[in-house]
Amino acid sequence: MNIMETTTQGRAGAVDMTHGGGGRAMVELIRNVFQRHLSNAILDAGNDGALIDVPRGRLVMSTDGHVVSPLFFPGGDIGCLAVHGTLNDVAMMGARPLYLTAGFIIEEGFALADLERIVASMARAAREAGVAIVTGDTKVVEKGKGDGVFITTTGLGVVAEGVEVGGDRARPEQVILLSGTIGDHGIAILSKRESLEFETEIISDTAALHGLVADMIEVAPSLSVLRDPTRGGLAATLNEIAHQSHVGMRLEESAIPLRADVKAACELLGLDPLYVANEGKLIAICNEDDAERLLAVMRAHPLGRDAARIGVVTADVNNLVQMRTGFGGTRLVDWLAGEQLPRIC
Amino acid sequence: MKYVDEYRRSDLSGKLAAAIAREAHPDRTYHVMEFCGGHTHAIFRYGVQDLMPGNVRFVHGPGCPVCVLPVRRLDDAVELAEGHGVILCSYGDMMRVPGTKQRSLIRAKADGADIRMVYSTQDALRIARENPSREVVFFAIGFETTTPPTAVAIRQAAAEGLSNFSVFCNHVLTPAAIQHILQSPEVRNLGTVLIDGFLGPSHVSSVIGSEPYQFFAEEFQKPVVIAGFEPLDVLQSTLMLIRQVNEGRHEVENEYTRVVTREGNVKAQSLVADVFELRASFEWRGLGTVPYSALKIRDGYAEFDAERRFAISEKASREVKSCECPAILRGVKKPTDCKLFGTVCTPDNPMGSCMVSSEGACAAYWTYGRFRSVGGEVRTVMPEVAG
Amino acid sequence: MCLALPARIVSLEEGAMATVALEGIKKRISIALLDDVEVGEFVLVHVGYALHKVSEEEAARTLAMMAEAGVLEDEIEEITERAP
Repeated sequence: MNIMETTTQGRAGAVDMTHGGGGRAMVELIRNVFQRHLSNAILDAGNDGALIDVPRGRLVMSTDGHVVSPLFFPGGDIGCLAVHGTLNDVAMMGARPLYLTAGFIIEEGFALADLERIVASMARAAREAGVAIVTGDTKVVEKGKGDGVFITTTGLGVVAEGVEVGGDRARPEQVILLSGTIGDHGIAILSKRESLEFETEIISDTAALHGLVADMIEVAPSLSVLRDPTRGGLAATLNEIAHQSHVGMRLEESAIPLRADVKAACELLGLDPLYVANEGKLIAICNEDDAERLLAVMRAHPLGRDAARIGVVTADVNNLVQMRTGFGGTRLVDWLAGEQLPRIC
Repeated sequence: MKYVDEYRRSDLSGKLAAAIAREAHPDRTYHVMEFCGGHTHAIFRYGVQDLMPGNVRFVHGPGCPVCVLPVRRLDDAVELAEGHGVILCSYGDMMRVPGTKQRSLIRAKADGADIRMVYSTQDALRIARENPSREVVFFAIGFETTTPPTAVAIRQAAAEGLSNFSVFCNHVLTPAAIQHILQSPEVRNLGTVLIDGFLGPSHVSSVIGSEPYQFFAEEFQKPVVIAGFEPLDVLQSTLMLIRQVNEGRHEVENEYTRVVTREGNVKAQSLVADVFELRASFEWRGLGTVPYSALKIRDGYAEFDAERRFAISEKASREVKSCECPAILRGVKKPTDCKLFGTVCTPDNPMGSCMVSSEGACAAYWTYGRFRSVGGEVRTVMPEVAG
Repeated sequence: MCLALPARIVSLEEGAMATVALEGIKKRISIALLDDVEVGEFVLVHVGYALHKVSEEEAARTLAMMAEAGVLEDEIEEITERAP
């Protein structure tokens, strides 16, 4: 099947309530849009659930609901984001992702052409990641009761023997590594928001990280923590780990990779890049002995080219994340109160 | 970023800090009030306090437009959005500030009010053009920097005949607030707030110029150094203030000459004068009622004045009782003196405006400086540095 | 208060508007508050408006002033190092 052809042709019309009604319209939608793009043996069996062989080892399962505005943004769309987001959550457990499920909640009136574009993007992302979407669900809600489309994906993966990673495993004196520049995704999204628009070449970093993770696990037996700093950015994720592991952290601001244009956009909007979302970056914590080797492997992978050592884990009963600023002072890198809002003062 | 990064250089910071340590007489204390929240933010954001000798102390001033807006005006804005069915356009800064009974714009929005976050008054005008059948009100807050853009928008609306656009004006004036602080009993007689000099506003001064501060320097014999918002600017200006204090001078000096001139932006001033006039008095959170400290829309532009267009009801607005924002804004208390700080009141659940704005002293304390409380005392003033 | 950032004017547009550039970011702003703005000049941008021009000469002068405080420090270090 040629996906490019179908996407350029575009499908006329819009989703209506009959598409969720369980009748022929729904069957057609599933066949013409979902099955057509996502086709694989398990999905094509057409059953209520996916029948799969149980792999050896420990299973990891993770689920994530995806809502994003705008649905199409520089560097991606809600479709590939829904695949990458969940795959990454599975990968951050040290697992190799195998299968995904997808649940769609579509708002009445949503253009079928856009839906197809999204599903095609999901299919491409899943194929590139070597993962099959094996079962799914579609519901349609009345106009005004959804924001275009919401996608929930669940991922299943398997963890190899001997791999022990988790947010509670960071220990003092371990080293904190980051796979690349921060804030790209959040700023790419903001650049298209009404009333904030600005022109930029910044694109979302949305990507599936399990390939990078596989390379890393191979060389660093002491790898203790893997986590992707999505919502709330680097700051929120480091604070989560600090609390889970009952440790503190000390970061070097000047070591944290940050694109000049992302920095400028943050300055313009009054945002702190430490709190801006990423969708294709990971934090790794390992022993000092393994740090250089791990860093070299990360930098050798296309998704870890800008990887850097950004700080160390400290012993701290208050679990504070502190940072030496580029200016030479010290500041606290706290949790965020809520979503960071652009400000003028 | 040109004109930004060079003023954040760490190689110069240590040298300037050493110069401050060298010139500050160890036998006295220097109380520097940074009027602007922008300076408060920079001090915490870059950890400037770590570089200061212990006897140089910053006293946070009331120059945060979000912090000084009284609860009643915020309640009025919520009423405009909820009770009058308008599209209320607001800068992001105001969204989370709690009004009476913790009601904020963001909560009103969650309950269905049409509140839009804008970055510029131009966005508010665009929304008005796109929604000709709706009333669009711009919630105008801020000091002399934010006022000219509001003036431009009102003139533009008048020129275009954009009759569904109006402004809820809360613009306030910096010199009036500084004068009020200097005349307060805490500063004048009681000595509970010590101020040896001011770091003068950066961007406000780009509009009003350095001239308006001349009066304070002479009348109250306090030195003023107009300071840029970058951390090296703060260090350099503090050094200049220390020199003035040491030499017994009380002049207006300008460190931020790359943007601030003596006369300021005359065109912006004349646009503001065309659209606005002085309010006889205005309530400030923390400072109380301050005469001639705010602006209102002139009669000639009455139709763009939301306060005249909509019958905003009288209401019994109430701040949280034990919230110390008012005293903190006057520099009388520090965030850690407040019983609510860090217990009931956190950025997740702010009780007062100082915990909401990133320029508010409480939020800055919480976000950047809280770790200083670990195993010791937290002070509003800067902590001692060994050596 | 008053978040503002210096940015370079890259084009002038109708209705007192202009586009500024900042490290690859481009944003449309109003220049209604300034007279005689030229392409290439730096302006201070606040809430989508140019508030004031940035003076290149004065910027350099301020930096020199800051560096001066440092030079003195270097000299003192030198003197202390030489002292027995």
